[in-house]
Amino acid sequence: MTAHSDTEHGQHASLTGYFAVWIALLIGTALTYYAAKLDLGVFNAAVALIIATTKALLVALFFMHLKGAGEKLLKLVVVSTIFFLMILLALSMVDYGTRYFPGHLWS
Amino acid sequence: MRVTNRRPRLSDSQTISSQAMASHSHSHNPALLHHFATEEQQRNSASFGMWIFLATEVMFFGGLFCAYLIYRRLYFGDFAAASASIDAALGGTNTAVLICSSLTVVLAIWAAQTSRRAMLIAMLVLTMLFGCAFLGIKAKEYKDKFDEHHVPGATFSFEHEEVPGHPGEYANPRHAEIFFALYFIMTGLHAIHMIIGLGLFTWLLWMAWKGRFTPEYHTPLEIGGLYWHFVDIVWIYLFPLLYLIDRHK
Repeated sequence: MTAHSDTEHGQHASLTGYFAVWIALLIGTALTYYAAKLDLGVFNAAVALIIATTKALLVALFFMHLKGAGEKLLKLVVVSTIFFLMILLALSMVDYGTRYFPGHLWS
Repeated sequence: MRVTNRRPRLSDSQTISSQAMASHSHSHNPALLHHFATEEQQRNSASFGMWIFLATEVMFFGGLFCAYLIYRRLYFGDFAAASASIDAALGGTNTAVLICSSLTVVLAIWAAQTSRRAMLIAMLVLTMLFGCAFLGIKAKEYKDKFDEHHVPGATFSFEHEEVPGHPGEYANPRHAEIFFALYFIMTGLHAIHMIIGLGLFTWLLWMAWKGRFTPEYHTPLEIGGLYWHFVDIVWIYLFPLLYLIDRHK
Protein backbone atom coordinates (compact mmCIF):
# COMPACT_ATOMS: atom_id res chain seq x y z
CA MET A 1 0.00 0.00 0.00
CA THR A 2 2.92 2.33 0.63
CA ALA A 3 4.10 2.06 -2.98
CA HIS A 4 0.53 2.63 -4.14
CA SER A 5 0.07 5.86 -2.24
CA ASP A 6 3.47 7.02 -3.47
CA THR A 7 2.42 6.72 -7.12
CA GLU A 8 -0.89 8.37 -6.30
CA HIS A 9 0.96 11.23 -4.74
CA GLY A 10 3.23 11.51 -7.79
CA GLN A 11 0.21 11.78 -10.07
CA HIS A 12 -1.40 14.45 -7.92
CA ALA A 13 1.69 16.60 -7.95
CA SER A 14 1.92 16.66 -11.74
CA LEU A 15 -1.10 18.87 -12.49
CA THR A 16 1.16 21.71 -13.63
CA GLY A 17 3.11 19.06 -15.55
CA TYR A 18 -0.05 18.19 -17.52
CA PHE A 19 -0.47 21.84 -18.53
CA ALA A 20 3.21 22.07 -19.50
CA VAL A 21 2.83 18.99 -21.73
CA TRP A 22 -0.35 20.47 -23.23
CA ILE A 23 1.46 23.74 -24.09
CA ALA A 24 4.38 21.77 -25.55
CA LEU A 25 1.97 19.75 -27.73
CA LEU A 26 0.28 22.92 -29.03
CA ILE A 27 3.68 24.47 -29.81
CA GLY A 28 4.63 21.24 -31.58
CA THR A 29 1.49 21.47 -33.71
CA ALA A 30 2.28 25.06 -34.71
CA LEU A 31 5.90 24.04 -35.41
CA THR A 32 4.73 21.18 -37.67
CA TYR A 33 2.50 23.57 -39.60
CA TYR A 34 5.12 26.27 -40.14
CA ALA A 35 8.06 23.90 -40.70
CA ALA A 36 6.10 22.43 -43.62
CA LYS A 37 6.07 25.88 -45.24
CA LEU A 38 9.86 26.18 -45.08
CA ASP A 39 11.95 24.67 -47.84
CA LEU A 40 14.16 22.18 -46.02
CA GLY A 41 14.82 20.07 -49.10
CA VAL A 42 14.81 16.36 -48.32
CA PHE A 43 14.55 17.10 -44.60
CA ASN A 44 10.92 18.34 -44.67
CA ALA A 45 9.51 14.86 -44.11
CA ALA A 46 12.15 14.02 -41.50
CA VAL A 47 11.44 17.20 -39.50
CA ALA A 48 7.67 16.52 -39.63
CA LEU A 49 8.18 12.95 -38.40
CA ILE A 50 10.61 13.99 -35.64
CA ILE A 51 8.12 16.58 -34.32
CA ALA A 52 5.25 14.06 -34.56
CA THR A 53 7.26 11.39 -32.72
CA THR A 54 8.22 13.87 -29.99
CA LYS A 55 4.54 14.77 -29.56
CA ALA A 56 3.53 11.09 -29.51
CA LEU A 57 6.20 10.42 -26.86
CA LEU A 58 4.94 13.31 -24.72
CA VAL A 59 1.38 11.93 -24.89
CA ALA A 60 2.49 8.35 -24.15
CA LEU A 61 4.89 9.21 -21.32
CA PHE A 62 2.89 11.85 -19.46
CA PHE A 63 -0.77 11.57 -20.47
CA MET A 64 -0.81 7.75 -20.70
CA HIS A 65 1.43 7.55 -17.61
CA LEU A 66 4.07 5.33 -19.19
CA LYS A 67 6.66 7.33 -17.29
CA GLY A 68 6.63 6.03 -13.76
CA ALA A 69 4.78 2.84 -14.74
CA GLY A 70 6.30 0.20 -12.50
CA GLU A 71 5.34 -2.97 -14.35
CA LYS A 72 8.06 -4.31 -16.62
CA LEU A 73 5.44 -6.37 -18.47
CA LEU A 74 3.74 -3.19 -19.67
CA LYS A 75 6.99 -1.71 -20.91
CA LEU A 76 7.66 -4.98 -22.74
CA VAL A 77 4.32 -4.65 -24.56
CA VAL A 78 5.10 -1.08 -25.63
CA VAL A 79 8.64 -1.88 -26.78
CA SER A 80 7.52 -4.97 -28.71
CA THR A 81 4.70 -3.00 -30.34
CA ILE A 82 7.19 -0.46 -31.68
CA PHE A 83 9.54 -3.30 -32.66
CA PHE A 84 6.88 -5.12 -34.73
CA LEU A 85 5.67 -1.86 -36.29
CA MET A 86 9.27 -1.17 -37.36
CA ILE A 87 9.52 -4.68 -38.86
CA LEU A 88 6.34 -3.99 -40.83
CA LEU A 89 7.43 -0.56 -42.07
CA ALA A 90 11.19 -0.99 -42.43
CA LEU A 91 11.20 -4.39 -44.13
CA SER A 92 8.41 -3.34 -46.52
CA MET A 93 10.26 -0.17 -47.45
CA VAL A 94 13.55 -2.04 -47.87
CA ASP A 95 11.75 -4.35 -50.28
CA TYR A 96 10.05 -1.60 -52.33
CA GLY A 97 13.04 0.71 -52.09
CA THR A 98 15.45 -1.76 -53.68
CA ARG A 99 13.26 -3.11 -56.49
CA TYR A 100 13.83 -2.10 -60.06
CA PHE A 101 10.63 -1.37 -61.95
CA PRO A 102 11.17 -1.16 -65.72
CA GLY A 103 9.14 1.75 -66.99
CA HIS A 104 6.39 2.69 -64.62
CA LEU A 105 4.69 0.47 -62.11
CA TRP A 106 0.99 -0.34 -62.65
CA SER A 107 0.48 2.41 -65.20
CA MET B 1 -20.27 -17.92 -5.66
CA ARG B 2 -22.85 -15.45 -6.87
CA VAL B 3 -20.40 -12.63 -6.21
CA THR B 4 -17.78 -13.74 -8.70
CA ASN B 5 -20.13 -13.27 -11.66
CA ARG B 6 -21.15 -9.78 -10.80
CA ARG B 7 -19.65 -6.57 -12.11
CA PRO B 8 -17.82 -4.42 -9.59
CA ARG B 9 -20.32 -1.99 -8.17
CA LEU B 10 -19.93 0.11 -5.11
CA SER B 11 -23.55 -0.56 -4.25
CA ASP B 12 -22.78 -4.27 -4.14
CA SER B 13 -21.16 -3.89 -0.79
CA GLN B 14 -24.36 -4.98 0.90
CA THR B 15 -24.78 -8.04 -1.30
CA ILE B 16 -21.32 -9.53 -0.85
CA SER B 17 -21.65 -12.81 0.99
CA SER B 18 -20.21 -13.19 4.42
CA GLN B 19 -17.66 -15.65 3.04
CA ALA B 20 -16.31 -13.08 0.59
CA MET B 21 -16.35 -10.44 3.27
CA ALA B 22 -14.21 -12.64 5.44
CA SER B 23 -11.54 -13.11 2.79
CA HIS B 24 -11.48 -9.42 1.89
CA SER B 25 -11.87 -8.00 5.32
CA HIS B 26 -8.40 -6.42 5.16
CA SER B 27 -9.13 -4.23 2.13
CA HIS B 28 -12.93 -3.92 2.23
CA ASN B 29 -13.14 -2.48 -1.28
CA PRO B 30 -16.31 -3.78 -2.97
CA ALA B 31 -14.90 -2.82 -6.42
CA LEU B 32 -12.14 -5.41 -6.00
CA LEU B 33 -13.02 -8.51 -8.00
CA HIS B 34 -12.72 -11.89 -6.37
CA HIS B 35 -9.88 -13.23 -8.54
CA PHE B 36 -7.47 -10.38 -7.80
CA ALA B 37 -5.33 -10.25 -4.68
CA THR B 38 -5.06 -6.48 -4.42
CA GLU B 39 -6.56 -3.36 -5.97
CA GLU B 40 -3.20 -2.56 -7.51
CA GLN B 41 -3.04 -5.99 -9.19
CA GLN B 42 -6.55 -5.50 -10.56
CA ARG B 43 -5.67 -2.06 -11.90
CA ASN B 44 -2.40 -3.26 -13.44
CA SER B 45 -4.15 -6.20 -15.13
CA ALA B 46 -6.75 -3.88 -16.66
CA SER B 47 -4.21 -1.43 -18.03
CA PHE B 48 -2.00 -4.29 -19.25
CA GLY B 49 -4.97 -5.68 -21.20
CA MET B 50 -5.65 -2.25 -22.68
CA TRP B 51 -2.03 -1.84 -23.79
CA ILE B 52 -2.22 -5.26 -25.52
CA PHE B 53 -5.33 -4.06 -27.34
CA LEU B 54 -3.56 -0.82 -28.31
CA ALA B 55 -0.69 -2.95 -29.69
CA THR B 56 -3.16 -4.62 -32.09
CA GLU B 57 -4.49 -1.17 -33.00
CA VAL B 58 -0.97 0.04 -33.80
CA MET B 59 -0.54 -2.88 -36.21
CA PHE B 60 -4.02 -2.19 -37.66
CA PHE B 61 -3.16 1.43 -38.50
CA GLY B 62 0.45 0.40 -39.24
CA GLY B 63 -0.64 -1.52 -42.34
CA LEU B 64 -2.33 1.60 -43.71
CA PHE B 65 0.70 3.76 -42.91
CA CYS B 66 2.83 1.19 -44.75
CA ALA B 67 0.58 1.36 -47.85
CA TYR B 68 0.76 5.17 -47.63
CA LEU B 69 4.58 5.15 -47.48
CA ILE B 70 4.92 2.84 -50.48
CA TYR B 71 2.59 4.90 -52.70
CA ARG B 72 3.92 8.23 -51.48
CA ARG B 73 7.40 7.14 -52.52
CA LEU B 74 6.19 5.96 -55.93
CA TYR B 75 3.91 8.90 -56.77
CA PHE B 76 5.38 11.71 -54.69
CA GLY B 77 4.46 14.61 -57.02
CA ASP B 78 0.88 13.39 -57.43
CA PHE B 79 0.55 12.92 -53.68
CA ALA B 80 1.88 16.45 -53.08
CA ALA B 81 -0.64 17.92 -55.57
CA ALA B 82 -3.52 16.00 -53.96
CA SER B 83 -2.37 16.91 -50.43
CA ALA B 84 -2.20 20.61 -51.39
CA SER B 85 -5.94 20.52 -52.25
CA ILE B 86 -6.85 19.76 -48.61
CA ASP B 87 -7.36 22.64 -46.18
CA ALA B 88 -4.34 22.34 -43.86
CA ALA B 89 -5.72 25.01 -41.51
CA LEU B 90 -8.73 22.78 -40.76
CA GLY B 91 -6.42 19.83 -40.13
CA GLY B 92 -4.20 21.93 -37.88
CA THR B 93 -7.20 23.19 -35.91
CA ASN B 94 -8.37 19.61 -35.47
CA THR B 95 -4.93 18.65 -34.13
CA ALA B 96 -5.18 21.41 -31.51
CA VAL B 97 -8.75 20.35 -30.66
CA LEU B 98 -7.64 16.74 -30.05
CA ILE B 99 -4.67 17.86 -27.92
CA CYS B 100 -7.05 19.93 -25.77
CA SER B 101 -9.34 16.91 -25.41
CA SER B 102 -6.38 14.81 -24.26
CA LEU B 103 -5.66 17.42 -21.57
CA THR B 104 -9.25 17.33 -20.33
CA VAL B 105 -9.02 13.50 -20.14
CA VAL B 106 -6.00 13.61 -17.80
CA LEU B 107 -7.68 16.37 -15.79
CA ALA B 108 -10.78 14.16 -15.45
CA ILE B 109 -8.65 11.31 -14.07
CA TRP B 110 -6.93 13.74 -11.71
CA ALA B 111 -10.33 14.96 -10.53
CA ALA B 112 -11.40 11.36 -9.81
CA GLN B 113 -8.16 10.73 -7.90
CA THR B 114 -8.77 13.78 -5.73
CA SER B 115 -12.55 13.21 -5.25
CA ARG B 116 -13.63 16.28 -7.23
CA ARG B 117 -16.90 15.02 -8.71
CA ALA B 118 -18.05 18.31 -10.30
CA MET B 119 -14.67 18.80 -11.99
CA LEU B 120 -14.68 15.17 -13.16
CA ILE B 121 -18.07 15.58 -14.83
CA ALA B 122 -17.10 18.96 -16.32
CA MET B 123 -13.88 17.51 -17.78
CA LEU B 124 -15.70 14.50 -19.28
CA VAL B 125 -18.29 16.82 -20.87
CA LEU B 126 -15.49 19.07 -22.21
CA THR B 127 -13.70 16.04 -23.67
CA MET B 128 -16.87 15.01 -25.49
CA LEU B 129 -17.44 18.56 -26.74
CA PHE B 130 -13.89 18.64 -28.16
CA GLY B 131 -14.55 15.24 -29.74
CA CYS B 132 -17.74 16.53 -31.37
CA ALA B 133 -15.91 19.67 -32.56
CA PHE B 134 -13.28 17.44 -34.17
CA LEU B 135 -15.95 15.43 -36.00
CA GLY B 136 -17.74 18.64 -37.08
CA ILE B 137 -14.58 20.11 -38.61
CA LYS B 138 -13.91 16.72 -40.23
CA ALA B 139 -17.42 16.75 -41.73
CA LYS B 140 -16.76 20.22 -43.24
CA GLU B 141 -13.51 18.91 -44.71
CA TYR B 142 -15.26 15.86 -46.19
CA LYS B 143 -18.02 18.07 -47.64
CA ASP B 144 -15.40 20.20 -49.43
CA LYS B 145 -13.86 17.06 -50.90
CA PHE B 146 -17.27 15.79 -52.08
CA ASP B 147 -18.02 19.20 -53.66
CA GLU B 148 -14.66 19.15 -55.48
CA HIS B 149 -15.23 15.57 -56.74
CA HIS B 150 -12.12 14.42 -54.91
CA VAL B 151 -13.81 11.30 -53.55
CA PRO B 152 -12.50 8.15 -55.26
CA GLY B 153 -15.20 6.61 -57.43
CA ALA B 154 -17.18 7.14 -60.63
CA THR B 155 -17.33 10.96 -60.38
CA PHE B 156 -13.71 11.42 -59.27
CA SER B 157 -11.96 14.30 -61.02
CA PHE B 158 -8.48 15.71 -60.54
CA GLU B 159 -7.70 17.18 -63.96
CA HIS B 160 -5.14 19.92 -64.65
CA GLU B 161 -3.84 20.10 -61.09
CA GLU B 162 -0.23 21.21 -61.11
CA VAL B 163 2.43 19.27 -59.26
CA PRO B 164 3.86 21.67 -56.61
CA GLY B 165 7.24 23.01 -57.68
CA HIS B 166 6.83 21.79 -61.28
CA PRO B 167 5.01 24.48 -63.29
CA GLY B 168 3.18 23.12 -66.31
CA GLU B 169 3.36 19.55 -65.05
CA TYR B 170 0.01 18.02 -64.15
CA ALA B 171 -0.64 15.35 -61.57
CA ASN B 172 -1.83 11.96 -62.79
CA PRO B 173 -5.50 11.72 -61.63
CA ARG B 174 -5.21 7.93 -61.18
CA HIS B 175 -2.32 8.37 -58.75
CA ALA B 176 -4.01 11.27 -56.96
CA GLU B 177 -7.04 8.99 -56.55
CA ILE B 178 -4.84 6.57 -54.59
CA PHE B 179 -3.91 9.42 -52.26
CA PHE B 180 -7.55 10.34 -51.71
CA ALA B 181 -8.47 6.68 -51.14
CA LEU B 182 -5.81 6.48 -48.42
CA TYR B 183 -6.92 9.87 -47.07
CA PHE B 184 -10.54 8.77 -46.71
CA ILE B 185 -9.73 5.31 -45.34
CA MET B 186 -7.21 6.57 -42.77
CA THR B 187 -9.12 9.65 -41.59
CA GLY B 188 -12.40 7.70 -41.81
CA LEU B 189 -11.06 4.87 -39.67
CA HIS B 190 -9.74 7.49 -37.25
CA ALA B 191 -13.17 9.19 -37.19
CA ILE B 192 -14.83 5.82 -36.42
CA HIS B 193 -12.43 5.49 -33.48
CA MET B 194 -13.47 8.97 -32.34
CA ILE B 195 -17.16 7.99 -32.49
CA ILE B 196 -16.46 4.83 -30.47
CA GLY B 197 -14.49 7.01 -28.02
CA LEU B 198 -17.48 9.34 -27.67
CA GLY B 199 -19.63 6.30 -26.88
CA LEU B 200 -17.14 5.16 -24.22
CA PHE B 201 -17.06 8.62 -22.68
CA THR B 202 -20.88 8.80 -22.59
CA TRP B 203 -20.75 5.66 -20.46
CA LEU B 204 -17.94 7.08 -18.29
CA LEU B 205 -19.96 10.27 -17.81
CA TRP B 206 -22.96 8.19 -16.73
CA MET B 207 -20.81 6.28 -14.22
CA ALA B 208 -19.28 9.55 -12.95
CA TRP B 209 -22.73 11.09 -12.62
CA LYS B 210 -23.80 8.16 -10.45
CA GLY B 211 -20.71 8.67 -8.31
CA ARG B 212 -19.10 5.32 -9.15
CA PHE B 213 -15.55 6.67 -9.33
CA THR B 214 -13.49 7.13 -6.19
CA PRO B 215 -9.79 7.77 -5.53
CA GLU B 216 -9.50 3.99 -4.95
CA TYR B 217 -11.51 2.88 -7.99
CA HIS B 218 -11.43 4.76 -11.28
CA THR B 219 -9.91 2.13 -13.58
CA PRO B 220 -12.55 2.62 -16.34
CA LEU B 221 -11.50 6.28 -16.59
CA GLU B 222 -7.85 5.31 -16.97
CA ILE B 223 -8.63 2.63 -19.57
CA GLY B 224 -10.93 4.96 -21.53
CA GLY B 225 -8.25 7.64 -21.30
CA LEU B 226 -5.61 5.29 -22.75
CA TYR B 227 -7.89 4.69 -25.74
CA TRP B 228 -8.55 8.41 -26.23
CA HIS B 229 -4.83 9.27 -26.08
CA PHE B 230 -4.03 6.52 -28.57
CA VAL B 231 -6.53 7.96 -31.05
CA ASP B 232 -4.86 11.35 -30.46
CA ILE B 233 -1.43 9.86 -31.26
CA VAL B 234 -2.72 8.39 -34.54
CA TRP B 235 -3.94 11.86 -35.53
CA ILE B 236 -0.59 13.42 -34.56
CA TYR B 237 0.95 11.29 -37.34
CA LEU B 238 -1.94 11.61 -39.82
CA PHE B 239 -1.84 15.42 -39.79
CA PRO B 240 1.66 16.01 -41.21
CA LEU B 241 1.55 12.93 -43.45
CA LEU B 242 -1.77 13.67 -45.17
CA TYR B 243 -2.11 17.47 -44.97
CA LEU B 244 1.42 18.82 -45.26
CA ILE B 245 3.17 17.07 -48.15
CA ASP B 246 5.49 19.53 -49.89
CA ARG B 247 3.61 22.61 -48.66
CA HIS B 248 6.63 24.87 -49.14
CA LYS B 249 6.50 24.83 -52.94
